Amino acid sequence: MQRNLIIAGVGGQGILTIASIIDLAAMNLGLNVKQAEVHGMSQRGGAVESHLRISSREIFSDLIPLGKADLILSIEPMESLRYLPFLSPAGVIVTATGPYRNIADYPDETALMTAIRSSASHVLVDAGALAAEAGSAKVYNVVMLGAASPYLGIAQSELEKSIREFFSHKGEEIVNINLKAFRLGIDNRTK
Amino acid sequence: MEKQLLLGAEAIAQAALDAGISGVYAYPGTPSTEITEYIQRSPQAEGAPVRSAWSTNEKTAYESALGMSYAGKRSLVCMKHVGLNVAADPFMNSSITGVLGGLVVVVADDPSMHSSQNEQDSRVYGKFAMIPILEPSNQQETYDMVRYAFDLSEEMELPVLLRIPTRLSHSRAVVSRKERDPQNRLHPSTDKSKWILLPANARRNYQKLLEKQQKLMERSENSPFNRITEGDGERAVIAFGIAYNYAMEVIETYNLNIPVLKITQYPLPEKKIKAFTEKYKNILIAEEGYPQQEELFKSYFGNGKFRGRLDGALPRTGELSPNLLAKALQVETDDKKSIPQIVAPRPPMLCKGCSHSDLFDVINQVISGYPQQHLFGDIGCYTLGALPPYSSISTCVDMGASITMAKGAADAGIRPAVCVIGDSTFTHSGMTGLLDAVNDRSPLTVIISDNGTTAMTGGQDSAGTDRFFDICRGLGVEEAHIRLIVPLKKNLDDNAAILREEFNYDGVSVIIAQRECIQKRKVKSEKLSANNL
Repeated sequence: MQRNLIIAGVGGQGILTIASIIDLAAMNLGLNVKQAEVHGMSQRGGAVESHLRISSREIFSDLIPLGKADLILSIEPMESLRYLPFLSPAGVIVTATGPYRNIADYPDETALMTAIRSSASHVLVDAGALAAEAGSAKVYNVVMLGAASPYLGIAQSELEKSIREFFSHKGEEIVNINLKAFRLGIDNRTK
Repeated sequence: MEKQLLLGAEAIAQAALDAGISGVYAYPGTPSTEITEYIQRSPQAEGAPVRSAWSTNEKTAYESALGMSYAGKRSLVCMKHVGLNVAADPFMNSSITGVLGGLVVVVADDPSMHSSQNEQDSRVYGKFAMIPILEPSNQQETYDMVRYAFDLSEEMELPVLLRIPTRLSHSRAVVSRKERDPQNRLHPSTDKSKWILLPANARRNYQKLLEKQQKLMERSENSPFNRITEGDGERAVIAFGIAYNYAMEVIETYNLNIPVLKITQYPLPEKKIKAFTEKYKNILIAEEGYPQQEELFKSYFGNGKFRGRLDGALPRTGELSPNLLAKALQVETDDKKSIPQIVAPRPPMLCKGCSHSDLFDVINQVISGYPQQHLFGDIGCYTLGALPPYSSISTCVDMGASITMAKGAADAGIRPAVCVIGDSTFTHSGMTGLLDAVNDRSPLTVIISDNGTTAMTGGQDSAGTDRFFDICRGLGVEEAHIRLIVPLKKNLDDNAAILREEFNYDGVSVIIAQRECIQKRKVKSEKLSANNL
């Protein structure tokens, strides 16, 4: 078993939470994990990404080689395309459709969606609406984790277990909102 | 033993705790900050007290760590690569004094300058000081090497340099821990000739350091960290530190049968390298950083069998990657896709509601009224004042340089000479420059943008919080010319008037622009609401 995942977004959108939940599930299954993340200046509203590698064999590089990512999981539509050189020919983009506009020259949304559609197999998710339905705008990222879960090589039940584990210190209510977000993400994927 | 998913930085911290350190000393700096933060929040450090508060700068950190070593206890000192420039004085001389309690110096380099002003290679410093250097390739090796480093340090009576790049510091993997060592008891050194570097002692100590080199070399020759992965053919790779991972990634992915000599402990194991290189005709030298060993192997007169960063097989600058190694090993890869043109750059920027942004607005307004518009900048979030919409600052060189460069510019005739420096940077390296300006009566306005924290690196405590007025007065700035402002939009006109007054003053003035970092405020209010639940 081997999976290479790029998780992308803008500093502050919670991509490290997604990575941590996947890490935890992979570790619980006894798999090897390497997860490179961005700290420092870029976290201030800049583009950030995490390279997450899971394998039953030894993993050498912390970075995914270009053309070897199975999945780009993006919390923001434009960011999903920034890492396209990493995506394998058979790779999939799973991205939230809500733009995060903190720059003056953010591209036209229709053109952006066209670019995503023509770039690779893709799953587009209205994460904002689903997060609201789950009960909190904060679970936007966990909705996206749910939407991407069929491509992670890890059973959804294992991911749910690690969501419980990850949020347990915040209380049952927070755990349940996150689980609901995860399931809404799974069910409401629109091609 | 217990397995944990740890960042490279955290693996260092956990290993140091398990090695029985009594203290960690550091000034925050990407990519080294997480080491000290991990120790600060570790319950293990609470159990057997480990001193861990932030130091004012890397030099004070280093000297404190050395003092702890003098007392017979183990200490860790951590910094980013450019921090070692600040600590270079004690660093170089600590190899002449040697140590008593184990002293491990962790320096986190930043190839590709993700969050830095240069990509200097700290291995050069290690060689300069003639101390052992360890350069782990992965998180487990990082843990194991830190444990080994403390023993080596005490045995050789030398500080040991551990060098990691950003990629390893900020990447997680599963790490197995080993049994813990207890802390050393207090047993201070009584050997004065070792610690008093009067010329007569220093000459004798330097001789001792030279004599230790043979032993250090033997350690490298027999090090389990320096090892060969077998293969056939005429081609080979010598891979240093994390470059080993990239080489192995390519070799495994494409089933190449290429021998690899992995070097992660220095000084270079001469015999091992000679025996290896004699067997092959075409050797790729892969090192993360300067082509330091490659230069050595090629020597002055060139040796065609070595390839690497100097002949273009690998790029001369920047971080390595599996794809760069694949290219250097002439492997066909799948990297055909490019970034679509529609993707716009998204550089980092000041947070919404940041106090620095209101400060730059007022500075821009006032300075635009002068024919000469120069604002000397410094290192921190406010360096982002270089970018639109502010485009305010004219320079950013090194910690504290805003004040001293503005002073030199004032001496040369620039009016007004104005600089902006953060609160933590001011105590790190700004105070001495301000004293120079006071003694010289240079016409200079220093704006301290005081947000109450070391924000850029994630909000660590700042050494001078609540004391900037007193510090500036103590350094000799006239009280009438130490002004306090609160950078808020509603205060724009009042603040502009104050700035204008001080810009026009023919002497040293300080404006303390005080408003809490918006991120710190957010963390505080989240904690508060969590406590209320």
